[in-house]
Amino acid sequence: MTRRVRTVAGLAVLLLACTLPARLSAQALHVPYTTFTLPNGLKVIVHEDHSVPILTVNTWYHQGSGDERPGRTGFAHLFEHLMFMGSQHVPTGQFDQLLEAAGADNNGSTTEDRTNYFEDGPANALPLMLYLDSDRMGFMLPEITPEKVDLQRGVVQNERRQSYENQPYGLAEENILKRLYPAGHPYNWPVIGSMADLSAATIEDVRRFSRTYYTPTNATMVIGGDVNPAEVRRQVERWFRAIPRGPVVTRRPAPPFTLAADVYATIEDHVQLPRVYNAWHTVRAFAPNDAALSVLADVLAGGKASRLYRRLVYEMQIATNVSAYHDALRLDGSFRLSTTARPGHDLNELERVVNEEVRRIAETGPTPREVERVVNQTEAQFLDRMERVGSFGGKADQLAYYDYFVGTPDYFQADLDRYRHVTAADVQRVARDYLLRRHRVVLSVVPQGKTELAATQPGGTQ
Amino acid sequence: MNRPLRIGTPRAALLAALLAAAAVPATLTAQAVDRTRPPALGSAPTLRLLPVQTATLPNGLVLAVVEMHKVPVVDVSLVVDAGSVDDPADLPGLATFTANMLDEGAGRRSALEISEEADFLGADLSTGAGFDVASVSLHVPKRQLGPALDLMADVVLRPVFADSEITRQRDLRRTQILQQRDQPVAMAALAFPAIVFGSQHPYGRPLGGTEASTALLDRAQVAQFYRTYYRPQNTKLLIVGDITLAEAQALVAARFGSWARETTPAAPPPAAPAAPAARTIFLVDKPGAAQSVIRIGNVGVPRSSADFFPLQVLNTILGGSFTSRLNQNLRETHGYTYGANSQFAMRRMAGPFQAGASVQSAKTDSSLIEFMRELRRIRDEAVPQAELDKAKAYITLGLPGDFETTQAAAGRYRDLLAYGLPLDYYASYMERINAVTAADVQRVARQYVDLDHFVIVVVGDRSQIEAGIRALSEGPISIRDLWGQEIH
Repeated sequence: MTRRVRTVAGLAVLLLACTLPARLSAQALHVPYTTFTLPNGLKVIVHEDHSVPILTVNTWYHQGSGDERPGRTGFAHLFEHLMFMGSQHVPTGQFDQLLEAAGADNNGSTTEDRTNYFEDGPANALPLMLYLDSDRMGFMLPEITPEKVDLQRGVVQNERRQSYENQPYGLAEENILKRLYPAGHPYNWPVIGSMADLSAATIEDVRRFSRTYYTPTNATMVIGGDVNPAEVRRQVERWFRAIPRGPVVTRRPAPPFTLAADVYATIEDHVQLPRVYNAWHTVRAFAPNDAALSVLADVLAGGKASRLYRRLVYEMQIATNVSAYHDALRLDGSFRLSTTARPGHDLNELERVVNEEVRRIAETGPTPREVERVVNQTEAQFLDRMERVGSFGGKADQLAYYDYFVGTPDYFQADLDRYRHVTAADVQRVARDYLLRRHRVVLSVVPQGKTELAATQPGGTQ
Repeated sequence: MNRPLRIGTPRAALLAALLAAAAVPATLTAQAVDRTRPPALGSAPTLRLLPVQTATLPNGLVLAVVEMHKVPVVDVSLVVDAGSVDDPADLPGLATFTANMLDEGAGRRSALEISEEADFLGADLSTGAGFDVASVSLHVPKRQLGPALDLMADVVLRPVFADSEITRQRDLRRTQILQQRDQPVAMAALAFPAIVFGSQHPYGRPLGGTEASTALLDRAQVAQFYRTYYRPQNTKLLIVGDITLAEAQALVAARFGSWARETTPAAPPPAAPAAPAARTIFLVDKPGAAQSVIRIGNVGVPRSSADFFPLQVLNTILGGSFTSRLNQNLRETHGYTYGANSQFAMRRMAGPFQAGASVQSAKTDSSLIEFMRELRRIRDEAVPQAELDKAKAYITLGLPGDFETTQAAAGRYRDLLAYGLPLDYYASYMERINAVTAADVQRVARQYVDLDHFVIVVVGDRSQIEAGIRALSEGPISIRDLWGQEIH
């Protein structure tokens, strides 16, 4: 992992001390790596970090819920679950049994853009991890049965119940997406998918999906930690080179669109207090205004010092919380802002303040200190992400992310620089161009039978 | 808008794959590896532990430092014996409220100014309390450590507790208590301990208080609690990260050296937990719930238990890992849930043993059958050797990863400080896990998984699940509210 320049051998990440006094921005983030590609198209990125005797193998398949076809929402994630159910040489259940017996953990995740799988464990477990990952990449399909599909369908449907249906406000997201993104847009539905579509998935869908997407040609594998790159290469070649190439996959682009009018909607939920969500269509990750929109989100609602927390929660005391973020994905993005009312207050009271603050920052911009505060926090978060090599969000995962999103695995410093270059004028401009001047989706989630608490469209604003 | 575009037909994709397969040179396939068995692994790496260096300030404050110089960040945890065990019986929530109030105005800064300054420094500063201790945590880039510690010292030593802020936070807390009713998992987390321990025991009272107790919170009580318990000889300060002991001593002495020691009253021994009753199912109604939240357990063991290591192995096998029996059965065999697990919450006094899952409403009774099957089996049958070996390997070989980041390592060392364990504790950890036998596991299962006296809490849609649960005949049914109180 990371060592300072002044320390000796085995440097993984160099944090070069510079001389800028006041800001955190005095380090250069660098995550060195080597890379090679097998003849079958599998790209491998190797990052050495010998600080702790552990390693991680993190494989990204370049396919996510955005690649699903109509009537099969949630399928990419259901497929992810099937990847743990055994392959030709690894009987069902053995994947997890073997890894745990070696002291390793494993997990996987699916987003709109990609699906990933990782194993984290002691440094001697590399051959086992590669054996298991190669077997499910190259030898899983013959072992998939309708029973396995049914079982994991049940698990995933319970995941949907646990994480969405049985959570307060848990169905807000799918109600926003279907109104924000037009039909046919890859982000029009949530990753978890619908119950009906999950029920409809067949083993034929599994076969088709596997042959198209689950091939070395469509994957990048990052191996990081206490490893020897030559040995890594030898082992990867040993386990993966016989797996045949797959088709070259071209993801369908997100169709351009603009919301023609504000969309107001209300759903009733088993909640005590009403909450309002605002969603604006913006730009994809790493597009020119992405970082400024992130900074805008934190100036508006990041922490107690933010403008909306101060007004809504602290001063007026009409809300219990407020949050905002720029949801920048690979093909498209949206700006989200939500706030929950306190007892006795309705969502129009909250929206009035939200609208005032959006207008104010679009007209007069943030102070330099507000921008600096957010950028300093961002820099600190970048530093924290240097501490861990494995799991979700560790250095290996970030190398895979940057490789897929911008084509440069070690993009850490360049990514941070995007934030460091954001000015108050940039924040003002994106507030104006993407929030004030654009239409949005306003979704109210209210207690059962309390639709009178919902936000309603103000006459003639904007 | 267009219908989604397909990326080639399945037939085309298949064809491409077949063509590609045909193109693989024969020499490669000829060298195919042996996949019939998993590869043998070399010997596992040993755990490299970083030393814990300690110093005690003249006022009694204990400082512990672990140097980790990989990344220029520092993690600071201040742990005070001011947990909710010190709450007056009629004022649950005072300890957590006092901890929450520390950063709502301190020294020269208002609540918002403290937050703004921490954010500006790129620091995470947080306060909170659990049953046994309160804590103030700071995580910050090294270069801002000085000013961030200034802020932390204000929060710890000079909280203002202004009436206006007390009122503000009290109102927010009442709203949060109201919102607990939205979350079946939060409801179960209130009802289960209340029933297991009873309201006379501090572990049976809600950490965050009740609606009634929250209404009673005022400045005098908060200031009194703070003055009584927040004292240097009652406190340990752990610093992990890019720092040396000498640096840490200088920084800490300058900020916490003047903190006056004052004798803290010995807490009266708390009442014993409620006497265990015969196994009973407690149903908390949550109309319309898509799942039932199940919690099954009893009073377990304290952190000081001599059976700590056998219990770690037992729990790993029962519900502490993905391949544990409960998860394999309820998730991977039956698909009733997204995950089932168990834990022994070990505190200064005996905390709860608890097994649980969120299960599909229609499978509530079926799930309870499987829970009971596994909980009986772990007591009745000795664990097979391979399963025992797997669990021990999972615990011991996974340990190095717990010391990778400053925050993870701090969590491990904070436990030692909070529970008075020796600072070289982890040096013998693997050895002590490896010494556990199948007989040990069965003994502790029989001793601490108290089948006949289980409290079984189910939070779910009563109209859908009650009849099925009743038909199980696993015990009488009692209808409770989210506080665990009987509904007549």
